[in-house]
Amino acid sequence: MNIKLKIWRQKNAKAKGKFEDYTLDDVSPEMSFLEMLDALNTKLIEEGGDPVAYDHDCREGICGCCSLYINGNPHGPGEKTTTCELHMRSFKDGQTLIVEPWRAKSFPVIKDLIVDRNAFDKIIVAGGFISVDAGSAPDSNSILAKKENADEAINSASCIGCGACVAACKNASAMLFVSAKISQLALLPQGKVEAMDRVNAMVARMDELGFGNCTNTYACEAECPKGIKITNIARMNREFFAAKVVG
Amino acid sequence: MVTLNSKIPEGPLAEKWSKYKSSMKLVNPANKKKLDIILVGTGLAGASAASSLGELGYNVKVFCFQDTPRRAHSVAAQGGINAAKNYKNDGDSVYRLFYDMIKGGDYRAREANVYRAAEVSNATIDQLTAQGVPFAREYGGTLDNRSFGGVQVSRTFYAKGQTGQQCILGAYSGLSRQVKNGTVKMFSRREMLELIIVDGKARGIITRNLITGEIERHSGHAVVLATGGYGTIYYLSTLAVNSNASAAWTAYKKGAFWGNPSFIQIHPSSIPVLNDYQAKLTLMSESLRNDGRVWAPKKKGDKRPANDIPEEERDYYLERRYPAYGNLVPRDVGSRAAKERCDAGYGVGDTGLAVNLDFKDAIAKQGKEAIEEKYGNLFEMYEKITGINPYEEPMRIYPAGHYTMGGLWVDYELMTTIPGLFAIGESNFSDHGANRLGASSLMQCSGDGYFIIPNTIGNYLADEIRTPKIPTDTHEFEEAEKAVKSKIEKLLSVNGRQTVTSFHKRLGKILWDYSGMTRNEEGLKKGLVLVDELEKEFWKDVKVPGTADELNQELEKAGRVADFFELAKLIITDGLNRRESCGAHFREESKTETGEAKRDDKNYSYVSVWEYKGKDKPPELHKEELNYEYVEVKVRDYK
Amino acid sequence: MGTSRFQSSLAKKFIMAFAGLFLITFLFVHLGINILVLLPDTDWFNIAANFMASNLIIKVFEVVLFGGFIIHIIYGLVLQIQNWWARPHRYKVEGWSHKSPFSKFMIHTAIIILIFLIIHLINFYFRSKFGEMGEVTINGNHYHDMAALVLARFKLIEYVIGYIIAFIILGFHLHHGFQSAFQSLGLNHYKYTPIINKVRTLISIILPLGFIIIPLAVYFGNY
Repeated sequence: MNIKLKIWRQKNAKAKGKFEDYTLDDVSPEMSFLEMLDALNTKLIEEGGDPVAYDHDCREGICGCCSLYINGNPHGPGEKTTTCELHMRSFKDGQTLIVEPWRAKSFPVIKDLIVDRNAFDKIIVAGGFISVDAGSAPDSNSILAKKENADEAINSASCIGCGACVAACKNASAMLFVSAKISQLALLPQGKVEAMDRVNAMVARMDELGFGNCTNTYACEAECPKGIKITNIARMNREFFAAKVVG
Repeated sequence: MVTLNSKIPEGPLAEKWSKYKSSMKLVNPANKKKLDIILVGTGLAGASAASSLGELGYNVKVFCFQDTPRRAHSVAAQGGINAAKNYKNDGDSVYRLFYDMIKGGDYRAREANVYRAAEVSNATIDQLTAQGVPFAREYGGTLDNRSFGGVQVSRTFYAKGQTGQQCILGAYSGLSRQVKNGTVKMFSRREMLELIIVDGKARGIITRNLITGEIERHSGHAVVLATGGYGTIYYLSTLAVNSNASAAWTAYKKGAFWGNPSFIQIHPSSIPVLNDYQAKLTLMSESLRNDGRVWAPKKKGDKRPANDIPEEERDYYLERRYPAYGNLVPRDVGSRAAKERCDAGYGVGDTGLAVNLDFKDAIAKQGKEAIEEKYGNLFEMYEKITGINPYEEPMRIYPAGHYTMGGLWVDYELMTTIPGLFAIGESNFSDHGANRLGASSLMQCSGDGYFIIPNTIGNYLADEIRTPKIPTDTHEFEEAEKAVKSKIEKLLSVNGRQTVTSFHKRLGKILWDYSGMTRNEEGLKKGLVLVDELEKEFWKDVKVPGTADELNQELEKAGRVADFFELAKLIITDGLNRRESCGAHFREESKTETGEAKRDDKNYSYVSVWEYKGKDKPPELHKEELNYEYVEVKVRDYK
Repeated sequence: MGTSRFQSSLAKKFIMAFAGLFLITFLFVHLGINILVLLPDTDWFNIAANFMASNLIIKVFEVVLFGGFIIHIIYGLVLQIQNWWARPHRYKVEGWSHKSPFSKFMIHTAIIILIFLIIHLINFYFRSKFGEMGEVTINGNHYHDMAALVLARFKLIEYVIGYIIAFIILGFHLHHGFQSAFQSLGLNHYKYTPIINKVRTLISIILPLGFIIIPLAVYFGNY
């Protein structure tokens, strides 16, 4: 296949970026999108150019590093797919692919397609945990959890923190990410103790960090590579109001 | 001459750890605040250690090269985590878990360490559960278990096919809590490039800020490495593409010994290589072999689609060769059996380098839904990568480089041969002998991090309470920084024609061919020469674009690959030395008549521990003899 | 900090949702009264309209209603401005993956509705309050002849067209807004949300349709 690429290039956080055009022949439909970018980078290096910087690591859709916005979709086309799981067979021969970094005030560009997603860590630091010191835990089976809740908690916990929800949202809102963590812990008996403090702290931190508000467009759910549901956001809203009314 | 002292406590096996804990030195809480600990790596071992050390009150500085600690490759462990809870009432116990690990490791692991790993496994599960890890549950609300390769009890706790992700997120949340409490300071997008030794003790590290390229100095009273394994040395492996050995390797070059470098596990079920550009191989969890049946066609070169091959023409070779364990044989055995079939011409797919993993019978018996509940995300992953629906066609699998049992040699306290330098998780050599059993990696990493290092590091630091903050303006830091800068400069100045990746690929191929699933004297020797030649070519013709003072991913890769050349030679040297087959290390010269691995306990019942003697000098071998007091050393038989 | 009770992003959404749902109930009352104008005897409409204008309880509610409008508008604007700020650098290729079809255009539909609302208030509400009105006598009582005003307006084609467009747009706004309000209030349930989604379609068709029938009937009918 022949692929035309329009890629956002930006030397560093302060530099002004712009789109650059590239063409790549001999792209195999079996290649993953990132392998295609690897091939482009090899070509660029061999020609004495500067390779495109992008985040990637596990290449199996679980680490959450990859973060490319391809032709209007975070992680490109395809449901429940990360960029590294996206394969070139999803595109047509001769197609032009426009590749952009995640765009959000809270995710500033570091270089080319790499953005700083530390804001997510800051939200977790605010309260995305259960306060239990090593050694103080009771026997696991002394905390019984309803299977349905445990299963739902796993679904919420499947979030890989890639930030596609923020990237997809027209408001650059982080609600899906934040609510997934709040939901996971609120669904489990061991997480209930601190539930109110947690939701207060995490939502406040999220607001401070400059993420947009949720207007329930549900683009986050549509683009989430792990299928995290917007019911998490509703649960977070419930938890939040309960905390505000009681607390 | 350094003598190896593994510092195994006296007393009966089952009492060693409690005895150690009750007699170790302690640091009082007020003094803990004055002690700095540097911790490199935030996988399950690193993150759990960070949170526990923070809870104790130490000042912990944590480093990772990823943008956030949660992305470390523990996240990709799929199947589960073992513990000797015996919730299934099937006869499990700490001793049995210990025994299975010793046997699974082919009698090449240290008894005392393995027993302790089994002993703390239960508390680890409790800790993870309490932290909110959503392990799978039964309808009554209790935790569920499943069985895993190489054992006959169900002791594996799991969260769908993403147990590693859930465990590391639990540990990461604990780490985050300590960041909030102010005991842990997180430095992400930093790569450790040098270890600082002051007066014979580990006192700090040099890092490169991967965003700005700045070279930074960090000091501490002790340094803990939790930097994972080196499976990426094969280029194509199940590891994350950025996983590397550099931090551990710099420690080795500064005097930490390396144990069993050639013990590298080849995982039997990864998705086969699909194209030349492939950057990694994706693992399909061992848990799939609980329900999937492995087979190859009975007819040589049978290229019919799997579903067109009738039942009687299928060779379920694992069930045939190992009736007792069947599809649940340990990984090394499963991998070699697959290689044997493919080498003999029975492989499937275009390359002939694949066998089938079939769920037809399981789906017929249990229904598609049951299979989906257990393995849904793995099936999805497989379909995304290959475009084939495994509910309808068998998966194709082939072995791939996976886990390194070898690593920095540590004593019972998980301290390396450099005082004050500790190594935990996969980065050390300790608990898995010559072959790791499934679901014991998450177990070891979290056990090391939550329960072992917080104790043993205190025993060391108790003597450091009078040591003031380590200054970073000393000549030790000066020199180390200079060395780091000159290596970077050297990499950038070669300015040849070939990319770093092309060298890495070629190195991987050499290792796979000559020091992979099976090895022989001639091949290993040839491999050693080839690696050496390639290394020379690298330093003459590698092309590293860009500069040192910017985000430069090629430069990062170049440094890692440069270290891999050196490590590759150590791996091969170790393989050459060990003229026996044990676990993952299979020497063709040492096999039984039926083609199984043949150990040589008389001559090789030791850990091979290698000491760096300088550039261009061969490493020196030390031996830690393994004495089995509590298990009878037997032929490992899964038939 | 944005943590005070009403400043959090979630609290703002809660208030938006609450005000929005309240305004929907008002729309039903309004529609109920409007329909009366189509009765052969316009007295009913005039009595109802005058009752709405003079009853004390209704007057209190009128304040609440205006409050509802203002809160809904102000919070909507604040949220929108914050949302624009959250992405200062826009994408070259706009994303279209939102699942609630009109959710992307709430601010646009809102502005059109607001313009309509202002015109509407000037033409009817303020006029009935402060302007020159014809009078009718029903059962000996004097009433403003609102019916005559309405009927006269709806004989003008430009007014009819504008009115229809405004209510179609309102339908779009409600289609997203109705279920969105439940989500914002945390009411999302696998059993009931599908019902809410059906109701939203129903509401976003029935309410505008009800309003639209009136000018059409007046314009084409014998009024």
